[in-house]
Amino acid sequence: MSTVAAVTGVVLSSLLTLGVGVFGLRLSRTTSDFYVASRAVGPGLNASAVSGEYLSAASFLGVAGLVLSRGVDMLWYPVGWTAGYLLLLVFVAAPLRRSRAYTLPDFTELRVESRRARNVASALVVVIAVLYLVPQFQGAGLTVGALTGAPSWLGGVLVAVVVLVIVVSGGMRSITLVQAVQYWLKLTALLVPLAIVLVHTHGGADATTARLHDQAWRVPLQRPHGLYLTYSLIVATFLGTMGLPHVVVRFYTNPDGRAARRTTVRVLVLLGLFYLLPTAYGVLGRVYVPGLAGTPGADAVVLRLPAQVLGGGTADVVTAVLGAGAFAAFLTTSSGLVVSIAGVVGQDVLGRWLPPVAAFRMAGAAGALVTLGITALSSGLAVAQAVELAFAVAASTFCPLLLLGIWWRGLTAAGAVAGLLTGGLLSASAVVATMLGAAPGGWLGAVVAQPAMCTVPVAFATMTVVSLLTQAGLPAHLESTMVRLHAPEAIDLDRGGFVPVAERAG
Amino acid sequence: MTATPTGPRARVRVTGPRTGRRRPTTVAAEIDARTELGAVYMRSLVRSQLRLAVGVVLVLAATLGAVPLAFTLAPSLGHVELLGVPVAWLVLGVLAYPFLVGLAIAYVRRAERNEAAFRDLLDAREPR
Repeated sequence: MSTVAAVTGVVLSSLLTLGVGVFGLRLSRTTSDFYVASRAVGPGLNASAVSGEYLSAASFLGVAGLVLSRGVDMLWYPVGWTAGYLLLLVFVAAPLRRSRAYTLPDFTELRVESRRARNVASALVVVIAVLYLVPQFQGAGLTVGALTGAPSWLGGVLVAVVVLVIVVSGGMRSITLVQAVQYWLKLTALLVPLAIVLVHTHGGADATTARLHDQAWRVPLQRPHGLYLTYSLIVATFLGTMGLPHVVVRFYTNPDGRAARRTTVRVLVLLGLFYLLPTAYGVLGRVYVPGLAGTPGADAVVLRLPAQVLGGGTADVVTAVLGAGAFAAFLTTSSGLVVSIAGVVGQDVLGRWLPPVAAFRMAGAAGALVTLGITALSSGLAVAQAVELAFAVAASTFCPLLLLGIWWRGLTAAGAVAGLLTGGLLSASAVVATMLGAAPGGWLGAVVAQPAMCTVPVAFATMTVVSLLTQAGLPAHLESTMVRLHAPEAIDLDRGGFVPVAERAG
Repeated sequence: MTATPTGPRARVRVTGPRTGRRRPTTVAAEIDARTELGAVYMRSLVRSQLRLAVGVVLVLAATLGAVPLAFTLAPSLGHVELLGVPVAWLVLGVLAYPFLVGLAIAYVRRAERNEAAFRDLLDAREPR
């Protein structure tokens, strides 16, 4: 009977997503609409959309699971995922919007004026998006399994199908509306059940048990290599956010650089509000469902907690609400990631043979299906950890590219390519080893499990040194590009003739 | 828009607004012409914004970024409690978020001030 309520929640969430998505279809007509909603989105709506897109399975389910199992050190995940937006704000938000590039490959081409660098950036966008998508599909499987006992592949397939329908029919504009609505849906879906649980347990006052006083859980940095792992996690999350393709594409929907900054501040508020909740679930889970701690089922603690605390019909309804929220999380992040894959692959690969809208649809479909296949092969890493690995790759590749490209005139195409390849290969091989469960033990194991602390400086150094050795190859329109990136739009200046691929004739 | 190099003497002959564009102010014309003077103005803007961004990062590193180090150097901090809640949980679970928002608001205010100063510079009639 609990299954009926849960299935209703999941179905309603999917239908709402589809409904808003298809409603948006009428609004998206031209190619430009498909890619970035014609840049007509205000900061309030845009901030909800950015947050809605960003809060994935890792935030909705994964953080609580990690806090339940491993305690205080895991709070760095949500803190880092929020602080990443502060660094994005101060270094990237306004210049990136002013660049008028649609995607990270567009930005790469604008700044270093090289087709080869653009191609490397495109390949990395696909790698990061797929690494990020796999845990979403995995989380969907886990949720469907926990709620109904159905086989776990079903959840992944369900998410893939809904995302495909949205991406293929509506493009970016519909996604903007979907994402904005879904932030509030996710927040409510965690907040209301938490309030009910807290009222039922009288604020958790009678819940001070020995489990909360376990030193290894309660006190920071008790694990081996704890300090390295924590700082490496900080580096990956603080610096990785700016290099996530589905986040970055959102910034192009701001009307100008000023609005991009204001959007980012609102995003920080919305994320801060949201991330208070998973911590509470993790702590309450420690008290009421301690059996999940340290097991692969820990990721389901958010879904299991109400049934443990409440009884009967209330538990069913509350679990259904949480299931709906979790599905909202998989759907929004997945559609954002599939849109970014579709944008890049559609423009750079299929765009040579197909008209833009058809290329976008084909690329989106291919991206979702390929990821579904990879999900079947991956090992059961905790969802939040798997997502954080995608951040490590982003921090080791696009972070140096953006920071050096925007703030240092010396970056050359050769430097960019060398840095992207070095950072990308090092971080991605560590990530793949961790995902397959092939990481060694000891210090090397810590480095492989959390590579950012090593790979980010290497990527920065490579990009800088190779650029310094190839200063003869500075891009021809460097001055125009710097004016374009930094001068406020209100000033009438010559910003060079760069046109993003999606706006070029055809 | 091909920017034909325009020396300072050329601008005396501009009598009417150019079609479709606002009439360029003097410093803007310097920047458009990619002169040494224009580059100096652009660099000053970029440098002021970069200095501000690095300042925010230093504040972040010295506060939130120093938290793991603090717990390593003074392990007893891990057992300190405030209102029955361990400080580490309070800082990372709650206080970090309003702190990040505060830093962001302070940054935006200053970044917009830098840009306003740059615009004032460009609006000035005679820069030299």
